[in-house]
Amino acid sequence: MTTNRRPLMALGLTFAVLLVLPFVATALDSTATISLVTRMMIYAIAASSLNLILGYGGMVSFGHAAYYGLGGYTVGILYAHFVSGDPLFGIIPGTNQFLITLPAALLVSGLFALALGALSLRTSGVQFIMITLAFAQMVFFLFVSLEMYGGDDGLIIRRPNELLGLRLRDELTFYFLTLGFLAAYVGLCGRIVNSRFGMVIGGIRQNERRMAAIGVSTYRYKLVAFVIAGMGAGLAGALMANHARFVSPDMLHWTKSGELMIMVILGGMGTLLGPILGAISLIGLESVLSGWTENWQFYLGPILVLIVLFARGGLYSLIPGLRGNGRD
Amino acid sequence: MTLVLEQILNGVQLGVMLFLLAAGLTLIFGIMGVINLAHGSLYMVGAYAAAVTASATGSAILAMLAGLAAAAVTGMAIEYVVLRRLYARNHLDQVLATFGLILFFNQGVTMLFGRQPLFVDIPAALSGAVEIVPGVPYPVYRLLIIGVGIAVAVGLYLLITRTRIGMLVRAGATNREMVRALGVDIRLLYTVVFGLGALLAGLAGLMAGPITSVQVGMGEQILILTFVVVVIGGIGSIRGAVVGALLVGIVDTMLRAFLPTLLRGMMAGAEADALGAGLSSMGVYLLMALVLLLRPKGLVPAHG
Repeated sequence: MTTNRRPLMALGLTFAVLLVLPFVATALDSTATISLVTRMMIYAIAASSLNLILGYGGMVSFGHAAYYGLGGYTVGILYAHFVSGDPLFGIIPGTNQFLITLPAALLVSGLFALALGALSLRTSGVQFIMITLAFAQMVFFLFVSLEMYGGDDGLIIRRPNELLGLRLRDELTFYFLTLGFLAAYVGLCGRIVNSRFGMVIGGIRQNERRMAAIGVSTYRYKLVAFVIAGMGAGLAGALMANHARFVSPDMLHWTKSGELMIMVILGGMGTLLGPILGAISLIGLESVLSGWTENWQFYLGPILVLIVLFARGGLYSLIPGLRGNGRD
Repeated sequence: MTLVLEQILNGVQLGVMLFLLAAGLTLIFGIMGVINLAHGSLYMVGAYAAAVTASATGSAILAMLAGLAAAAVTGMAIEYVVLRRLYARNHLDQVLATFGLILFFNQGVTMLFGRQPLFVDIPAALSGAVEIVPGVPYPVYRLLIIGVGIAVAVGLYLLITRTRIGMLVRAGATNREMVRALGVDIRLLYTVVFGLGALLAGLAGLMAGPITSVQVGMGEQILILTFVVVVIGGIGSIRGAVVGALLVGIVDTMLRAFLPTLLRGMMAGAEADALGAGLSSMGVYLLMALVLLLRPKGLVPAHG
């Protein structure tokens, strides 16, 4: 929006580091790092998608884990039917082709976001927060009770999906695949934010009544943004299902929605780089704290409170030259 | 037929629990404009304090006092240390900070009492059953909970419509700034209202102890149902909390009691039970969706 190129440079630098990192990790013989950073990047996709509605659109959705989990379960359920051989609902054959499971995951999470968004967006403010949370919890309970897909225990995906002869089981291959998706999704977010559509969404965040007075049908714009965000989370879920080779109701749990929100706020909402930084630091913090103590949440909780109370603007605003260049 | 009556009473009893939480949540939101996710933690604190006191002393009265005191003190401490700084902030900040508090409380309680659920006995004097209609015995303890709920509802009604504090509460809910401008010590009012909400949450928690097991995470489970209640009833409205709580309590209980049996007629037992449990826990959310379609502001909206 401005002539300031620093945010773009910071973003480019982050991706450059992510591109070089696996080679350094391989040289240092640390494959665990590659797996950890892959997880960070998957969460970064989910957080970026939430940022689209939360940061740019001002919609405080507390149910984002639902779309993430649905994306994961789509991959898991299609795989389960591929293994067992009997088709889903009697007509849809299972598959392990990523080129099919990924669009399916996007479709399922997108349709779900459409349905829940259409209902939830009738409200705003606190009600919106409570409703998105409650609907996500509904999805959680549904999957806990689906015994045929593992119920509480979840589904194990023995082999990752196949994609054009790539070995997705290979940590390095999957790392670069995830990096590619992250770059593509962040690029898409950048295009959306700077498009006319993005301007309208930003305008709604600042003053919905004014946008409506100009003649914008705000409900439709918000709903479209909600669906795009839901599909982004579905993408992250599908990747995670392949990375962890496991899906469980844990992916849908409301604390997951909370974590995604924290990533966005921690990194700096309403910026492209923020959610990536947030995901990297929260997952990093978790793995460091859980290495020290089993009771890491006991320390993470107060840290969060302190961040909310005293560190406004997130990590993004701490980077020299970027302060104040976030959302305005 | 007797089973239906029994389940309706169970539903009312769950409704009372939900009302005690929803009343506090909706009051706090109405007056201070704060969404407090840690409200469920106060419920948990009340339940744990009562359970631990009961097993240490064997006295139900002491357990009750301990539960109420622990919840109220914890609530006021939260208000003083964290929430007071969040009144002027947006809902997002409030959600995140209180989410942090939940992590803190849940892990803290786990560290103190372990992951194993605690079980509390119903006090001996209340452990019997009475026949509400001939041939239908119903536990005294559950009847007592219903009675307490009615008493609290009446008490809250009197407090809000007949007393000076109630007047300030109503005025604060209508126009916070104006009340402050008129020279009312709004901070004190906030702390009092927050303490009251915490007390009610603690009351619900300590009464729930002997019925459900006392464990970490119990707060969030009921908190999310409470959100459904508040959305259905209309946010900021005590009357809405009564209506929503009873509706959600009865619908949820009836579905849980009868849906698996209905499904068992159609499929294998274990699967029917699991699917029935899942569908019945979705029931209240579908109810919420329906209310939203027809009345986006809830059944009994607070103002106008």
